[in-house]
Parts: sequence; structure tokens; C-alpha cells
Amino acid sequence: MKRICVLALMVAFVLSAGVAVARDTVAIVGSSTVYPFATVVAEQFGKTSKFNTPKIESTGSGGGLKLFCAGVGVEHPDITNASRRIKVSECVMCEKNGVKDVIEVKIGYDGIVLANSKKTAPFKLTQRDIFLALAKDVPDPSGAEKLVLNPNKTWKDVNPELPAIKIEVLGPPPTSGTRDAFVELGMEPGGKSFKWIKAMKRKDKKQYKAICHTIREDGAYVEAGENDNLIVQKLNANPDALGIFGFSFLDQNTDKIQGSFIDNVPPTFDSIADGSYPLSRPLFFYVKKAHIQVIPGTKEYLEEFTSEKAWGPDGYLADKGMIPMPEEEREYYRKVVQSLTTISCDDLK
Amino acid sequence: MEKNQRTIDIVKRGLNKRYRSEKRFKIYGLSAILVSIIFLALLFISIIGTGYSAFFRTVVKLDITFDPESISKETLSTANYSGLVKKSLRGLFPNVEDRREKRQLYGLVSSGAAFQLRRLAMADPGVIGKTVSVWVPANDDVDMLMKGQMERNVPQSERRLTDKQLTWIDKLSGEDRLEKRFNTAFFTGGDSREPELAGIWGAVMGSFYTLVVTLLLSFPIGVSAAVYLEEFAPKNKWTDLIEVNINNLAAVPSIVFGLLGLAVFLNFFGLPRSTPLVGGLVLTLMTLPTIIIASRASLKSVPPSIRDAALGIGASKTQMVSHHVLPLAMPGMMTGTIIGMAQALGETAPLLMIGMVAFIVDVPHGFTDPATVLPVQIYLWADSPERAFTALTSAAIMVLLAFLIFMNSAAVLLRKKFERRW
Repeated sequence: MKRICVLALMVAFVLSAGVAVARDTVAIVGSSTVYPFATVVAEQFGKTSKFNTPKIESTGSGGGLKLFCAGVGVEHPDITNASRRIKVSECVMCEKNGVKDVIEVKIGYDGIVLANSKKTAPFKLTQRDIFLALAKDVPDPSGAEKLVLNPNKTWKDVNPELPAIKIEVLGPPPTSGTRDAFVELGMEPGGKSFKWIKAMKRKDKKQYKAICHTIREDGAYVEAGENDNLIVQKLNANPDALGIFGFSFLDQNTDKIQGSFIDNVPPTFDSIADGSYPLSRPLFFYVKKAHIQVIPGTKEYLEEFTSEKAWGPDGYLADKGMIPMPEEEREYYRKVVQSLTTISCDDLK
Repeated sequence: MEKNQRTIDIVKRGLNKRYRSEKRFKIYGLSAILVSIIFLALLFISIIGTGYSAFFRTVVKLDITFDPESISKETLSTANYSGLVKKSLRGLFPNVEDRREKRQLYGLVSSGAAFQLRRLAMADPGVIGKTVSVWVPANDDVDMLMKGQMERNVPQSERRLTDKQLTWIDKLSGEDRLEKRFNTAFFTGGDSREPELAGIWGAVMGSFYTLVVTLLLSFPIGVSAAVYLEEFAPKNKWTDLIEVNINNLAAVPSIVFGLLGLAVFLNFFGLPRSTPLVGGLVLTLMTLPTIIIASRASLKSVPPSIRDAALGIGASKTQMVSHHVLPLAMPGMMTGTIIGMAQALGETAPLLMIGMVAFIVDVPHGFTDPATVLPVQIYLWADSPERAFTALTSAAIMVLLAFLIFMNSAAVLLRKKFERRW
């Protein structure tokens, strides 16, 4: 009996070694924000084509690019999703590992919302309010051009027009792409609204970034993990708290939570699509050109993703809460996919 | 005074106090058990309460005309089946003209309807040219409304269905075209991003293949290690060191095994990512210490007289072990193995590192197909934005719990049936 077991194992190993050489499933990694959209495309693709359904792992944008850039070959993923553009450093790492021809495809936009429970009134915030409420160091309230540790306890301290409710914001941890985007789109413009901080951008970029991008750590900002459903539940239990997450979660929970107005614009499908809602970011995926010939179905998956029935204004991705790109942009990226145009790291600088 | 005091008096004086303390002690124990039962009950009530509705799903009756113009024997696999679904819906509600309203109308039926028609036509091409009544899955929003999980008396902006859609749904259910049926897709389907189509069969098969690899590796290796250490190994510093290490490994957090698996099996050996083969190898590392420890304990419980008797009538050491000690120790070893397997079944952390936490639609058919496992499926559903996945999450937890209860009671039964006491 034991001999049979050992034999079976050896056979399994030999077989697996054989399989490792060829892979017939497209392997995708990357952002957890793009994951709900990419999975829908993968499922549609798998069910309507003769190819296997692509396998998608949600590793975060940074984690995905790290795996993606590890090398060319079947043991490395073919596509990585990202909720931000690839960084120059990542692109350089890619090139160093032999991943030289990367195709960049922008797929649409995602809104970042600050939402609270429907049991209370919606918040009307500006980016300056967000900055003053959540930055670790804020300009001295007396008006002097220096920084003090954020003294604001309630929203009223931030802006007299806001209610006297304790500042409590539930948001994603630093590993999340949503957090990066929130800091960049929500807080930085708020910091910039102070002239002397804006002036600092030229003089001392590092210091400027540290001011605008550092979130306070005194308990007003609560790192609530990557699970956005959990944040929604917590908001429901605590009507005074605000939560930060992607638009698709607001879209699914409109009976429980409401998005805060930013600069008097509510986060709706239309306001994000036309760009009037300020906290929106582009979503991307990156493909290895070298893999397109090798892994069956890669090219067809790209075609499915860039088809009008997927990413168009009436496509199924819009139903899932992704904000489609304007017509010209879609046309541009469809051509990129057809011609397999690659990017170079110099373009990113 | 002191002298006259008898021992019995001293005892009697403290007696009540001792009785009381005994009673108190019993109450502490009892309340501890009570608290755990209450928590268990709460867990079950909340899981079953949210999860039972996932075992049913709403289906819609559509009269589909397989128009020979749009579908022929040659185009069976590529025909526009969702067009057929849309046409039949338009037939039910001929006054819907507006493009936006049409989209809302089509949204009542799951995108799985088209796949269902495709399967139907592929299985029986004879339907071409006929009109067939088909029950197709409804969209998850409709499903939630029918199950009473969506409030209908609120403004339109606060629910996922529009007023128009509600009137259509009422008309459909008035015509007996809406029905709640047992959700077989949940037990036979793979994962899906549409809650009404998502099933756990893919994850169950993934768990199965993974555990087969784990069992095939960890049982023989664990038992041989235990037998050698217990029966053959000399007692010296080295075997002590090995013993300490095994006990330590049993307490190592499982994510560490995942990292090890990533470094060794994926990066060094180049085995395929996200496969039950690698998952099974990693879980083997994790369960080996459990099995070795349990096997050694059950070997120790075989009385030395058995060994002495066997050796005394001329058996070799190998014969002594394989003919007498091992069969007697086997029930204990099996119990340990089953408990180890149950542990492995519920594990997600080590699988994260080797890519088994992934969206996989196709049901795996072998050890090297991409797969996830049951607890990972639960985790992924809990993280999905669609509200209907909450019920699916709880339903999947129920399935996982059923497997765990089954395995653990198998372990108890085995022990009851075969265990020998001396």
C-alpha cells in the first residue's frame, strides 16, 4: 500500500513538472479595486468563449505589480490590475527582470466616497475640510505659517458650518491603493489650498508630500481593514462615523449609507463620469506582450474587456459600478490593444 | 477548652463552608459551559438565519422562441442567446419602448439565463424552431425583493430596483411567472460574480483535491516518523532535539508555512501557482506535526507487554511493529489524522501566499487545475460588494461546518469503535 502511495506521489510530481511548462489559463493579479470588475469580464469571457476562465487574484496594486514584474514565463502572471498608474521605479524593476514590453490599458474610473449612515444628515465637505480633519499636522489655526499637531476634535473645529460631531473616519490601511488615491485626491488639494504649503511644493517637495500625505494617528482615523463591507456595517452601527471606500460599495448600499458632498457635488455615477466629482481616479491593467502569443486566450480576453458591451456606458461593467471613460479615450485604448502598443518607462516620468 | 475539642467538631464547623465552596465551584464550571453554549447557539442562529435563504432562488418563467433565423445547428455555440431572452421579455411587456426602460427590463433576468439557453440548445438541437417555456434565474435584486430582504416602501433612490421594475415584478408574480425554487446551482456551480449563479462546487472540489494530496503525503510520512521515533530511534540528544522541533512546529502560525511553500514549491521547484498540488504540499507541512504527535501518543499507549510477547516468541522488531503494535495503535493514529485534516480543511492563511485566494470560475478537474478551497470562497464572498453575497457567505459557512462536524464525528466514532483499553 505504501509503495503505491509513494509511486502515486512520484507520478504526481512528474506530471506537475510537465504541466508547469504549459499553462492554458490566463493568470491575473492585482488591485482589489479592479478585482470586482475584472472578475466579471473574466466570467463573461470564460462562459462565452472556448477558452478557460482566467484566474484572478486580488493582491493589491503594489503586490500585483511586484509579481507581474518578476519575470517573463508561464510561472509569472500575464496581466496585473492597478488602481493607479505604474510607478517609474516599478517599470524599471520590470525592465531589469526582462519584462520589457508592457501594454498599458486604462479601463475606466472609480470614485472614492466618504459616506455616512442614512440615519443622519449627509456631510458637505471641501477638500480643505478633509485635509484639516485628517492630516497629522495642520497649519496653526492662529494663521501663522507653521505646523501644529492636528488639534481638531470635532467637524465644527474644522469648519464652523459643519456639525459638532467628533471626527471619526474609517478607512483602508496604508497597503491599499484606495488609501493612496484618497490621500492624493482628497487631502493634497486641501493642503495646497494654503498658499505657503503650495509654495513649499517647489522648494521642498519631500516636506510638502509629508504634510499633505500623512494621516493623523491619534484615533480620529481608524484603519478598518481592506473589507469594505465591514466598513459599511460599522457605519450603520455608528451614525457619527464616516467611511472611505470605492463607489461600487456605495452603489450597492444606497438604502443604508449616503455619500458626502465634496465641493457641493454628490458622488453619483454621472458626476464621477463627467469629472465634476473631484475624488475619482483612473483604473488600469498592464499586459505582457510576450505572453500574448504563449497563453491561449490572452488576446481574446483583452478584446472582451475593451469591447463596448463590457466597458461602454451601457456595458455590464457600468452595471457593477465602474465609471466608463469618454468615447475618445475608449477608442484610444481599444487601438492600443489592437496594435499592442507598449509603453516605455520614460513616458511615465 | 482546647483539649476537649474533638476533631469531628472542627470538621463540622468548617463543613458548611466546604459545601458552599463546592457548590460555587460547580456553578463556575456550569456557567462556563452555559456561556459557551450560548455563544455557539448565537453563532448558529445568526449563520443559519442569514444563510438559509441562499438555498432558494427566484426563477422566472419565460417563453423562449428558438427562432431559426437567429439560431441554427451550425451556430449553436455562438448564437445570440441573450437576444432570445430579451425578445421574450419584450413579448411579455410590449409597451416598454424607451431604451433606458428596456435596459431595466432586461435587468430583471440574470445574465445566466443566456448560458442556460445555450446549454439547453446544445443538449437538444431539436428545440430550434419551437417555443419552449423555460424557468431561468432572476437577477439577485429581484431575488432579494422576493425573499423580503429589500424594502419596497422607500423612495426609489434608496433601493436597487426602480418603481417601474417593481410593477413589472408584480405583474410577473401575478401571472405565476415568478417562483422560489431550491437553489441547485449553489451546490453544482463554480464561483460567479452574479450571486444568483454562484456556487460552491468548485471550492468543494478544490478542497477535495487539496486534502487528497495532504492525506496521501502526511499520513504515511507522519506515521513512519512516529514509528521510527517511538520504536526504533535511540534516546539521545538528537532525537530529543527532533522531538522539541516537532512540538514547536505544531505551534508555528500557519502563514509561515505559506511563505515556506512560496519560497520552496513555487520559486524553487517551479510548481504551478494556485493549484491543489501546491496547496496540499503546504498543508502537509502544517498537519505533519499534529499527526506525528497524535501517532506517537497512540503508540505509547500500546502496553509494553505486547511488544515483549511478540519479541519473546521470536518476532523481529519490524514484525513486532507491523503485526502487533501498529494495528493496535492505528485507531488513535486515524483519529489524529482526521483531526489534522479537519484543521487543514479550515485553513486559508497559508494558501494566500501560494495564490489559492483567487477568483476561479471553472470547477477544477485535477491536481494541477487552478482552484480555491471552501474557507477561501467564504472569505471572497464576504468581501464582495453585492448584497446578496451575505446570504451566500453564511450558506457556505454552513456547508463548511457540516463537513467539519462530519469529520470530527467520524474521528469520535472511530475511536469509540476500535479503541482498546488495557
